[in-house]
Amino acid sequence: MTSQEKRVVVTGLGVLAPNGHNVQEFESALRNGRTGIRHNPEMDEFKFSCQVAAIPQGIEELCVANFSEELLMSMNCAQRYAALAAVECWRDAGFEVPSETDDEAIDWETGAVFGTGIGGMETIAERVAPLVNERKIRRLGSTAVEQVMASGVSARLSGILALGNQVTTNSSACSTGTEAVIEGLYRIRAGRSSRMICGGTEAATRYIWAGFDAMRVLARKWNDSPSKASRPLSASAGGFVPGAGAGALMLESLESASKRGARIYAEVLGGSINCGGHRSGGSMTAPNPLGVERCIKEALSESKITADQVDLISGHLTATGADPKEVWAWSRALGRPAEDFPTILSTKSLIGHTLGAAGAIESIAAILMLHSDFVHPSVNCEDVHPDLVAFEGSIPRKAKENEGNDIVMKASFGFGDVNACVSFQRWQA
Amino acid sequence: MSEEQIFEQVVKILTPYVKDEKALASISGETNILEDLKVNSARLVDVVLAFEDEFDIEIADEDVDSVNTVGDCVSLIARTKG
Repeated sequence: MTSQEKRVVVTGLGVLAPNGHNVQEFESALRNGRTGIRHNPEMDEFKFSCQVAAIPQGIEELCVANFSEELLMSMNCAQRYAALAAVECWRDAGFEVPSETDDEAIDWETGAVFGTGIGGMETIAERVAPLVNERKIRRLGSTAVEQVMASGVSARLSGILALGNQVTTNSSACSTGTEAVIEGLYRIRAGRSSRMICGGTEAATRYIWAGFDAMRVLARKWNDSPSKASRPLSASAGGFVPGAGAGALMLESLESASKRGARIYAEVLGGSINCGGHRSGGSMTAPNPLGVERCIKEALSESKITADQVDLISGHLTATGADPKEVWAWSRALGRPAEDFPTILSTKSLIGHTLGAAGAIESIAAILMLHSDFVHPSVNCEDVHPDLVAFEGSIPRKAKENEGNDIVMKASFGFGDVNACVSFQRWQA
Repeated sequence: MSEEQIFEQVVKILTPYVKDEKALASISGETNILEDLKVNSARLVDVVLAFEDEFDIEIADEDVDSVNTVGDCVSLIARTKG
């Protein structure tokens, strides 16, 4: 394998975010610091402590325009989001959606690693449990299994796009989306596929959010001012805002992309995935700081870049007490003190925490910031956290244009003490 | 309800599942659901549930096994409705 074959680039993007239903809308929302967080009457009705959420709005029309009636009847929320993002990504990469009955359409060189953190929770809660408890098993029909099987989200994409390479669903809590990108990178590098649709999806349902609300990790104090509820890096951060959506990235070998003259957004330089082993402060719900630092360092060396080349960090930064620890972990891992620290921001300040989709949607934001040369604001941290005062100058409170950023690192850390970190470089043809 | 009316409703219920539009255009009692209309066999259980809801009947599993054509559906529904 030549060195060129091992290079992997991004040739397509698709996103269904709480503040934008496609890449163009999403980019504009990021640039303008437009929030996707709204008051959620249902959470109010069901007596959640947190009553704000970040949900893609009014997607019914998009679904009807893109999918057959049979498909619509068979897909649950997470699958609809995934399918919409993947179809946009597929077209953005320069392909046409094939006919469902065209047996010649199968693309053996494209696969998918498309994850979900929680999966088909609303199908279980709204259909499986009630019908089984009422002894009405046969009323479940044919679609319950394909909606609750973890791999349902990626399998669905294969059906719509006729993907013939590896099609799988990964699940690593809040690091799922970033992990999917890295897994796709590895597969293409290994020469086992030319293209992988990588991403993550998470449904909008109170049944997912209830457990987090019970843990008191959701934002509870900003129910009357939704746009202020997601406050990463601030002294007043009091939990994350639950979100939903999907992001899809077409990763492709540079060889394949060059051969077909594809538009390239960025190069995926490298990435690292690890786990803190639930030791040294790590647990099911907290990261081992040593694991975090190691993951960032490994991502650097795997990307063959040095810490001083990093211009921008898209942090995990959920708006909990873990934010300051994360920033300091970045500083130690990169060996860059506050006075020499890269720009750091939280996309979650605008779209909340989309759980299994977060790494994918935030990777798309990171790539767009390189490709279109801007930095989106990290909002709601006027009152920077006392432990982060030294880093204040690195946090963009307002959007910036023409910064000439070249390399961004994106990290996601999840329950289970799992970490994923990836780096992207702006593409210069 | 006449058999013609049942036929019309059966076609309406089957339509979203049909993969062969040509076969749908010339649909008749003899049209085979799986072979001609290319309906995914797994979806037959959803079709049967839709028949039950539409015609307010209950269809026994063993009766479903003998259904192959659109005409089979119509006569099964007419018979069950009594």
